[in-house]
Formats: sequence, C-alpha cells, structure tokens
Amino acid sequence: MIWLNAAAVSISLIIVIGLMSLIAVRGLGHFWPKAVMEATYVAPIANQKASKDDLSIKILGEIHDSETVSIESLKEIGLEFESDDIAIKRSLIKTGNRDISGSDFKWAYDTFLDNTQYPTNIVTIERREWGNFYGYLDSVIENGVEVAKVDSGTDTAWQELTIRLERVLNLHDEIREIEKGTIGNINYNIERLRLKEHSLKLNNISDQSAYETIYKERKSLQQAYQDLQGKLIALHKDIKRDTIVATTANGKKVTINLENIVRTYRSNNLNLFQKISLYIERLWEFVSDEPREANTEGGIFPAIFGTVIMVLIMAMLVTPFGVIAAVYLHEYAKQGPLTRTIRIAVNNLAGVPSIVYGIFGLGFFVYFLGGNIDQLFYPEASPAPVFGTPGILWSSLTLAIITLPVVIVATEEGLSRIPRAIREGSLALGATKAETLWRTVIPMATPSMMTGLILAVARAAGEVAPLMLVGVVKLAPSLALDGNSPFLHLERKFMHLGFHIYDVGFQSPNVEAARPLVYATALLLVIIIVALNLSAIYIRNRLREKYKAMDT
Amino acid sequence: MSADKIPHAINMDKLGRHSNNNNDALKPGAEKPCLTANNLNLYYGEKQALKDVNLVIPEKKVSAFIGPSGCGKSTFLRCFNRMNDLVDGCRIEGDINLYDDNIYAKGVDVAELRRRVGMVFQKPNPFPKTIYENVAYGLRLQGVKNRRLLDEVVEKSLRGAALWDEVKDRLHESALGLSGGQQQRVVIARAIAIEPEVLLLDEPASALDPISTLKIEELISELKNDYTIVIVTHNMQQAARVSDYTAFMYIGELIEFSDTNSIFTNPKNKQTEDYITGRYG
Repeated sequence: MIWLNAAAVSISLIIVIGLMSLIAVRGLGHFWPKAVMEATYVAPIANQKASKDDLSIKILGEIHDSETVSIESLKEIGLEFESDDIAIKRSLIKTGNRDISGSDFKWAYDTFLDNTQYPTNIVTIERREWGNFYGYLDSVIENGVEVAKVDSGTDTAWQELTIRLERVLNLHDEIREIEKGTIGNINYNIERLRLKEHSLKLNNISDQSAYETIYKERKSLQQAYQDLQGKLIALHKDIKRDTIVATTANGKKVTINLENIVRTYRSNNLNLFQKISLYIERLWEFVSDEPREANTEGGIFPAIFGTVIMVLIMAMLVTPFGVIAAVYLHEYAKQGPLTRTIRIAVNNLAGVPSIVYGIFGLGFFVYFLGGNIDQLFYPEASPAPVFGTPGILWSSLTLAIITLPVVIVATEEGLSRIPRAIREGSLALGATKAETLWRTVIPMATPSMMTGLILAVARAAGEVAPLMLVGVVKLAPSLALDGNSPFLHLERKFMHLGFHIYDVGFQSPNVEAARPLVYATALLLVIIIVALNLSAIYIRNRLREKYKAMDT
Repeated sequence: MSADKIPHAINMDKLGRHSNNNNDALKPGAEKPCLTANNLNLYYGEKQALKDVNLVIPEKKVSAFIGPSGCGKSTFLRCFNRMNDLVDGCRIEGDINLYDDNIYAKGVDVAELRRRVGMVFQKPNPFPKTIYENVAYGLRLQGVKNRRLLDEVVEKSLRGAALWDEVKDRLHESALGLSGGQQQRVVIARAIAIEPEVLLLDEPASALDPISTLKIEELISELKNDYTIVIVTHNMQQAARVSDYTAFMYIGELIEFSDTNSIFTNPKNKQTEDYITGRYG
C-alpha cells in the first residue's frame, strides 16, 4: 500500500516538474540568440527535370526544431529519394525575410543541406515589421549618400550602423513618448471637454461662461497639439535619415530604413558574455514592452499588467463580500434546513462552468448594469458606451462571483475553528455579539480568509473563458491604470495573459513564430500566479503567527 | 460520578483556611444579599437541568458550589450572567436578582449585566492579543481611549490579579506566551479591569498545576474584599479553603447551602454528608 501511495505522489511530482520544465525550457530558450547558419539546399521535388544547380538555393537562418519523418510517407506525396534509410531528419529553419520570401520558416531535409557554415558576418536584424531579416550588411547610407561600405578587413560599416541605430532608437523612444504620452493625454482631455460640452447642452445650460471656459481650454489644448504635431513631423523626418543596404542569401539587395529596426546583432560573432546580455535584453523586452506584429513579437507587458490589476480588483471585491456573507451564514443565520440549503447552493456555485458566469456577466453586468449606468451617469457619451461594454470592472466582478464560494467556505471554516471559550470570554466582558465578532473572532479568522483568497486568486488568474465575454481583448490601446485622472479606468478593456496564450497560439497568422511565445507567456502566467499566491501565503502566515489560537 | 473522590471526611483543622472561622456571623441571609435566585428552573430542550433552585448569595463573600459532575453547578453559575442565553434550546423559568434588578426581566441589556457580573472560565482563555490589550479589552469596549487611564487600569488590574511583577516588562507581548496559571490570572485581571460587582469563577484552577492553583486561591481571598465571588469547584478541599459559604448541588437540585464550616463539619442533609465523606460522587 505504501508503495502505491509513494508511486502516486511521485507521478504527480514528475508531472508537475516535467510540465514546468517543458514550459521553462521552451519559453526561456526562445530568447537565447541562436547561431545563424548558411547552407546550399536542393529541395527534393517530384520528377526532377531541371538540373541540380538550377534548383539549388542558399538558405540562411536559425534552426528552430527538427523531427524525423519516414521516407515511406514522403514517397507517397511524390518526393524522390536515393536513400536506403527508412527515416530522414528534417529541420525547421527560421529564414526570416518575410517581405521577400513570403514566410518566416522553411522545412529542410538535412540530407540535402550542403556546405553548412556559420559565417561571422551574418547580420540578424529584428524589425518592427516583417519579422527578422537575415543577411549580409552592405553599406550604410545617410540621406541617400553612402557613408560606409563593407569591405573585407574593416568593421566600419557595422560600427557606423550600431552608432546610428542607437540614435534612431532614442528618437523612436522620443516619438513614442510624445504620441502615447503627451498626445494621448491631450486627446483624453479634449475628449473629456467634448463630453463636458455635450453634457452642458443636454442639461440646457445657457450660461455662456461655462462654454467659454471649455472653448478656451480646448483652444490651448489644440494649440499644444499643433506644436507637438510640428515637433513630431520633424522627428519623423529625422528618424528616416539613415538606411542600410543588405544582401540576402541569394544575392538580392534590400534597403532597410533604420527607423524600422529594433535590434541588430551578428549572432555568430557574439561571445558568451554578449550572448548573455543580449538574452537578458530580449527577456526584459518581453516582460516590459508592448506587443508588435499581431502579438507575435515584442513584449507582453500590457497583458501582465491587465492580469495583475484584474486579480487585485477581484480580490478587493470578493473578500469583503465573501466574508460578510460567511459571517452572516455562520454567526447570525439560524442553523436550519434553509441555511443548510443555502450553504449547499453556495458550494455548488463553485462547480458551475465558468463560461456560464461569463454569459451571466455579459447579460447582467455589461448590458443591464453597465447600460443603466451609462443612461444615468453618462448620457453625454451616448451612443458610445462607457460602462455598457465589456471592461475590466465587469471582468473583475464576474471573477469575483466565480470565486465567491471559495472565500465563503474558507471563511466559514475559519469561523468555526475559533474556540468557543474565546467568544464566551469576550461576551463575558460585556461585549455585544457584533463587538465580539469585530474585535476578536474576525481577526482570528483572517488566516482562513487569506486561505480562501489564495484559492480565489489562483482560480481567477487562470480563468480565461468568461473573460472573453466580459472584457478581454487581443490588443488594448491603453492600460487600465495611467496618469490621466481618475487614474484607474475601470471601464477600459484589458489584455490578459491567459487570453494572450490562446490568441498567440491559435489566432496568430504566424504560428511557428508565435509558438515559443506561447510557452514563454505560459511560464510568465504561472510565475505571476505563484507570486500572487506566495505573497498571500506570506501574509497569511504572518496573521497566523499573530492570531495563533489556543491549542484546541 | 465525580473525578474528585474524597476517601475520608475532611478534617477542618488541616484545611488551612484563610479566614472567617467565626460561625455566628456566617448565616446565609444574615448579610446583605447580592444575588438571589427564586424558583429557578432551567431546561435544555426537554431535559431539566435545574430544579426549583432558591438561593441567596451574600455580598463580598466567597460562595462555592460543589457537587458531582453534571449536577448543574456550572449551569447555575452561568445563569448569573446569562451565559446560558448562548446555548441553543436553553429555557429558563423563575428569576434571578442582582441586588434589586431582575436580570431576566424584559429589556435587560445583557452586555451591561455582564459588565456587572464578570466571569472566569475553567480553561484560561486569553485573547490572542498582547497582555496589555487583553486587560484593556473591556475598557476599550466601553470606548475608553485615554492612554493614561488605560495604563492605569491595566496596572491596577494586573496588580489586583497578583501578576504585575511577573509581566510588567512584557505587557506588549502576546498573552499566549504565558504559562497556564499566568494566563488564568490575566483573565482574572481582564475581568476585574471593568470593576464588576460580582465575579463568577467556573472551576478556575482545575486546569492548573498545584502551585498556580495555590496562587489563584490566594488571589480569591484577596479579591473577596472588593467583589462578591461565586466559585464552582470540583475540589472539595478548595471549596473548604477559599469559601465562606458552600452550596451542595445534586442532579439539578440545591441540596444544602450554608456557611462552609457547617457544611463540612456538620452537614444537615444526608446527601451532603454522603458526598463530603466520599460515599458517592
């Protein structure tokens, strides 16, 4: 028997460790700069008529994956092989250059790869559009005038590129700061003024001075906007100054504007230290930056932010609600068949599929509550909805309902563990029931409430299905928390790691490129849930220490 | 029935009583009554736990309830501060007067009553707070926020509970870190901090070691000067040592109530004599 138990435990452990290490290896490996190989490749085609040389192409790229396929199955699809093996290895090569070749990835049969080498002068260019570029640097051009050209022996062109790229990246940051920050701010305020004006009109206020102030404010905002616009145009012109010319594997010359480059490095030329720093840089980009190219590149910061904010709001909503309900059920309600039924019903709520809650949230919170709030408080925004559309508040509320039973059950559990002697001690000192609850019983039950909250957070952070109905989007233009008053924008839509995994993994136009990101995002989701849980557990243990009850 | 089997009749000379050997002054009813129970009947559902109990507890004396387990002495004690109200299905007939106030009258503020009638339980039940906060609990309930006043009362109560010297340097540490005997004295300090008129002690020393028990007993003799004390005990020597009056209860009935000397030396009732001499119980 003991062996059986041990085996069960071991298997569970192995599954967990295996799962985590798979996600970790796949996810974290993605950011390590891979060697870029160059090889000639003759693709096997059915009934080769052309000579070998005509079909021979050069492949330049990173090997991302490899698998073994049986020759039998390849012959069935009409490929010719002069091989005695029963199986053949093929590799998935990330060749990049999607703008030229149409796809980022290419399967190549290893037997037909020839002259594989790793030239140190291959340049990897991470671009803002069209994915990576792999090729050779040719020359650096400023305003149409060549300033440096690659010739054997000197590194001037590369150095020139690095220096100029740094300048362009700074300009890019500046532009983004203006566009997202300042102009976003101005737009936000102009929109607020528009709503204010509209609301004045709706209320039939004829006092001209009120309108005057709005006009004045708007005028100054518009003036600021004009100034910034001028500045932006200049910056845009400035950022476009430099271009490079690069050659692809097959000799095609490509012009790339530096504006379009995120990062460039010569993968085969990096030493270990440089690789590590590049790795950290890319990892940091992943957790701190916004996504690019339909979420397949760049970072996932908005999703992390959205997940955490949503869980925190959910926790703030579910804790008081659940605790009050539990206190009523356990302390005040007469224990009879009705209370028992309610308790069973509450417990069963935990078993309702979450998508059902999503539908409830959409129907009740979004359309009913949100719609009414809009009618009552935001008539000036009509017909555009404010709260009458999915948003982070409704998502948090929906998740709060999903996790409510857990909190109630855990709190009740905690309340029933408070020794009777403690309650009597308090009552005997002349405390009323409410005072006893508030001063002694509830503080002592806080560790159990935290346990409930931990379970609730774990469940809420991983829940995706209901969120798709009540607030999650693929790409949120702005975060729920920013510098514009009232700072916390509960009506906004948000991004969520769980949904991001689904979106990147299954809705992405570029599945191969996105796959490592799926693992990385999953890893991050797990890390965030663990972090949220650990902090809750830490708080609980502190509370336990504080309110350590008597032995029995 | 009882855990305390007393093999021989108790020899009063060996009991080491602290005071009050003057028989003549000690007649129940001769002193000013503090608590009076009139025709008290108590039911737990169908089961009757107290049967027509009539009793007068004199002011500023120690009255002990003895009797075998399950005789209703704790139940009776808990009637005095209406702790039985918390028990589901508990029903009470008759009345109890605290001085002239019927505590079972309609509209009585139970919290107020419990402020006048403090209680200490069998097992030490300090709150999981600091020693200071435990003692100040009752005052804080009454809305006292004045730090100086709180400090004063905490010190006075802890001194009153003969604990001050032991804990004065760690008032702000958890009361749960104290020994059982110290915890019980914290609980007593907590009870006297709100200056009740009556102190109900429900087997206050039964969970303690002999030395702590001795301290509690000494404390009871001290407290007698200021409070009316009612103590339930299993331990007949204890009753004899600390109390001025003793009530013997048996299966829900009050068999005999008299000054402690007479009960132990010259019980009027056969059942009392049998119990005291250890023939049953």
